[in-house]
Amino acid sequence: MIYIKDLSVHYGSQDNSVLALDRININIGKGEIFTFIGPSGCGKSTFLYVLSGILRDYEGTVLIDGQPVDPKQQRIGLILQNYGLLPWKNVRQNIVLGVKIKGQPREEEYFDYILKQLGIDQLLERYPKELSGGQQQRVAIARAFLLKPDILLMDEPFSALDAISREEMQELFLKIWQDHHVTTVFITHSVDEALYLGSKIVVFSSSPGRILGVYENPCFQRDNLRYRDEYNQMSRQLRNLLDKG
Amino acid sequence: MLQSREKWQGALYSFVMVIIVWQAVAMLLKIPIIPTPVAVFDDILQIFQSRMEIHLLYSLGRIIAGIAISILLGVSLGLLMGYFAKVDKVLSPLVYFTYPVPKIALLPIVMLLFGLGEASKLIMIVLIIVFQIIITARDAVKNIPQEIFRSLQSLGAGRRQIFNEIIIPASLPEVITATRLALGTAVSILFFTETFGTEYGMGYFIMDAWMRVNYLDMYAGIVMLSILGFCLFSALDIAEKYLCSWR
Repeated sequence: MIYIKDLSVHYGSQDNSVLALDRININIGKGEIFTFIGPSGCGKSTFLYVLSGILRDYEGTVLIDGQPVDPKQQRIGLILQNYGLLPWKNVRQNIVLGVKIKGQPREEEYFDYILKQLGIDQLLERYPKELSGGQQQRVAIARAFLLKPDILLMDEPFSALDAISREEMQELFLKIWQDHHVTTVFITHSVDEALYLGSKIVVFSSSPGRILGVYENPCFQRDNLRYRDEYNQMSRQLRNLLDKG
Repeated sequence: MLQSREKWQGALYSFVMVIIVWQAVAMLLKIPIIPTPVAVFDDILQIFQSRMEIHLLYSLGRIIAGIAISILLGVSLGLLMGYFAKVDKVLSPLVYFTYPVPKIALLPIVMLLFGLGEASKLIMIVLIIVFQIIITARDAVKNIPQEIFRSLQSLGAGRRQIFNEIIIPASLPEVITATRLALGTAVSILFFTETFGTEYGMGYFIMDAWMRVNYLDMYAGIVMLSILGFCLFSALDIAEKYLCSWR
């Protein structure tokens, strides 16, 4: 599904370049959620910008369904920490922006369904500044899912939220995700979030970003996750790895 | 709703205050060069339809045309300069070179090239106000945070879509502010350009009244020019409220 071979990214000019990502190799299978975890400044966001076609200046191979990354061809749902909403568009306009840009037909039924599921069907005429952080992120998620994306890219989407809305949003996201099984790359700096949401967990080193390991997550989609032994074990293992960096 | 009512109340208070001060000065000095406000407003009522309206319409037309041309030119240039670094590199020095030139000094040249008619007047207005609109529009685009572009880029949006969905709406509030500043300047330039080569316009009307030592008419003209400015500023405020309601 997503095939990445020897991906390296340099920032800055030729004589003064900084290595942000160092030979990343990974395959992300169809319909999986890969959570990427690493210290801040490890190039996680850079990685996401490559996948979303925003950053085109990279070395190596990145293929989505066998094709090079091209946001004009692929449907990429991008959800950012700062929500990525346009402040001059109201909720409705922001949500349909994706399908509008793509020129896809708008499916009214699906639109209503997604909005109901996210609980924002009463907010359609509001502007982003009139919404709470959690509500804004719901709008961003609605926009991404309405697109029926080939891949979903999420860059610390819940880290700006308070603890209660964060857990609520994580749960809600999983619920919607289960209906669609979109291939998802989820960037986080929280071990808990990585364990809760990821079917696989990828650990990044600090700068320059390298992959330290890819782990099958035994806790994925289990009930009472936080009381299980494997959760604590896995959590400890990840934290150790991150500390060594 | 409440807000706009408060605004109109404020306008009324300041209007009343000016009238009171004016009345007081007129009563204290008792010289014909400062007539009382009542006399002036009475004069406006008497001459408006017969002698003043046509001048007001001419002036209004020139201001609106001047501002419209300046916005069209200034905004398109400014947005292009803000978005395309190459365009900015070439045009910015040009703007910086020509902006500080005192355009009034160019008046004789403009008059020689374009005659004494409407074209010269509009060119003078545009020459003076277009620069602040160019620079404001350019900086407005440059100040749009990069993150705003991310979601559209990941959707594969083309240049045209980025202009329509981001560049234009994001720069609109600042363009309106620039227009507001330009409006004040435009009215003063207008007065200046209407003192020659025309028999219509509030500038002509005021100067003509002055020459005829008709102070009542002169004040009536000045008051009318203020009212015109007030109406234009209010129209911009309303437009801003409508267009930038998301703020």
